[in-house]
Amino acid sequence: MDADKNFLVGVFDDEDAVISGVTAVRQSGVKIHEVYSPFPVHGLDEVLGYKRSRLPIAAFMFGITGTSIALVMQIWMLGYDWPMIIGGKNFASLPPFIPVTFELTVLLASLGMVATFLIASDLKPYKWPRQFDIRSTEDKHVMAIDLALNKSKNKDEISSILKAAGASEVNEKSFD
Amino acid sequence: MQVTSVVRDPLVTGGKTVKDVSHDISRQVEGKPTRLWWSAFAVAMAFLTFGLYCTLTLLWTGVGVWGLNKTVGWAWDITNFVWWVGIGHAGTLISAILLLFRQRWRMSINRAAEAMTIFAVICAATFPLMHMGRLWLGFYWTLPLPNTFGSLWPNFNSPLLWDVFAISTYFTVSLVFWYIGLIPDFAVIRDRAVIHGNNIRAMIYNALSFGWQGGAKTWMRYESVALILAGLSTPLVLSVHTIVSMDFATSVIPGWHTTIFPPYFVSGAIFSGFAMVLTLLLITRIVFKLEDYITIYHIELMNIIIIVTGSIVGIAYITELFISWYSGVEYEGYAFYNRIQGPYAWAYWSMMTCNVVSPQLFWIKKIRTSIAATFILSIVVNIGMWFERFVIIVTSLHRDYIPSSWTMFHPTMYDIGQFLFTVGFFFGAFLLFAKFFPVINMAEVKSIISIGSEKKTDETPH
Repeated sequence: MDADKNFLVGVFDDEDAVISGVTAVRQSGVKIHEVYSPFPVHGLDEVLGYKRSRLPIAAFMFGITGTSIALVMQIWMLGYDWPMIIGGKNFASLPPFIPVTFELTVLLASLGMVATFLIASDLKPYKWPRQFDIRSTEDKHVMAIDLALNKSKNKDEISSILKAAGASEVNEKSFD
Repeated sequence: MQVTSVVRDPLVTGGKTVKDVSHDISRQVEGKPTRLWWSAFAVAMAFLTFGLYCTLTLLWTGVGVWGLNKTVGWAWDITNFVWWVGIGHAGTLISAILLLFRQRWRMSINRAAEAMTIFAVICAATFPLMHMGRLWLGFYWTLPLPNTFGSLWPNFNSPLLWDVFAISTYFTVSLVFWYIGLIPDFAVIRDRAVIHGNNIRAMIYNALSFGWQGGAKTWMRYESVALILAGLSTPLVLSVHTIVSMDFATSVIPGWHTTIFPPYFVSGAIFSGFAMVLTLLLITRIVFKLEDYITIYHIELMNIIIIVTGSIVGIAYITELFISWYSGVEYEGYAFYNRIQGPYAWAYWSMMTCNVVSPQLFWIKKIRTSIAATFILSIVVNIGMWFERFVIIVTSLHRDYIPSSWTMFHPTMYDIGQFLFTVGFFFGAFLLFAKFFPVINMAEVKSIISIGSEKKTDETPH
């Protein structure tokens, strides 16, 4: 991560500006580090070329785990470990096990997916983020460009590309 | 600048900009609590303190301090339990089901409604826990933990055990859903604190926001998480009150042994939940000056949901009566005859008036768009829904199979105290939430008032 120290930061005023800005900047061959927005901008992930999130797959896998744990647990406990006659039914009869199975499926799917999301996005309580522009949570859309990854162009060239793409201001930001 | 659509009323009035949203919502978090807030909090704490005394007495002495007897083994406790769980349902309905149906008006009310869900579920959980008497043993009785009796496992065939899993899953998933929504908004407060030079607040809210930055990739994942959580919460919320109703429906007690209980309980839950959301939000919007975010349009839509669910509840009451006669079962017939004509007829008719008659007033546009009328009726509905549970539970039990066991239920100070404990907790927790957390989902509201997207939809209507 040594490379990400010096950045050019383009500030865009609304989401239309940032979407057309991202398209223009990428067409001119500049690599974008990330775009920060105060709210989810629809279509921004597409113009940035991000692939669809695989979190639904994670949720499904955790859900299936929950289903299996619940069924195995109930059938083993009431069917094999300590069988008891309850209402004259089979020891391990499936219908009364469905509610707990459903609840554990939902519980593990939700918790597992959210944990995956937090880990994948590097969100944790003791982390202070590198803020490119403090207004990016308030009302500005902020495009960060890593200078080290765009060696083919100099700072002024990238700055003029950002301006031409619709940025209302272009600032420099470096982190130690 | 706000672009207004020709087809629909704006969801946020007052021509707010994105910056105004941050300012208006963060303001109450940043300012000192008002005198009104302190006095409301003091009242809630007074209830909580008296309730705590009653709760500790119960734990010290035993469940005998309640007014329960050999015939009526469930009364105020389970009434309150079902009442609170029901109230919680509106929050999940607003945040999950309305998200799946893409109802954008939910955006300025979902945060407060979800908070209400979480506090209501905590309140609900206290009643079965206290009813166990020795609640420190409750973990062994309800959860499949290895124990020294064998291990002897809990009975997974029992709806009471399903309830444990349903309520705890519901609480956990609602809490996670609510918190995920709060993360970007905590970051807004953190960054405003940085600008204002308030380092302590910046530290606290940064920890709460998990170091949120709002990168496009994170937002993409965030939206995916929100959608799946909504998809999981929707069947979950329906399952919770279905399972609660099975506590009664799987028994053989006349008056409880009814197959329509699941849909009837779920619609009753949404009915009472929306009434409680209205009670809380009508106060919140005035105290925190949020009239531009929670508009008459929102109130009207919630009132329409109250008419729909209230009518479903009304039909369920009448169906129950009809079936008890049509079944030809003597005991079933008597259970309902006793509800209408017996010593608890006053409770039955209070329920009928509050739940079936009063919401029908919302057919009149003037009433459903009036703040005063909505506030009064929202409280009336919640009183009615409390009586519904009381009627179902106590009137079905108090005249047992043998007339020598017939009795009445009289609540003691400790029954009332336990209820006041949850009322104090609920309002106290809601006041703390409203003071320290952003009461409106800023990120979502920003996305619906922003200029760009509205322009686009105006150019290409679909």
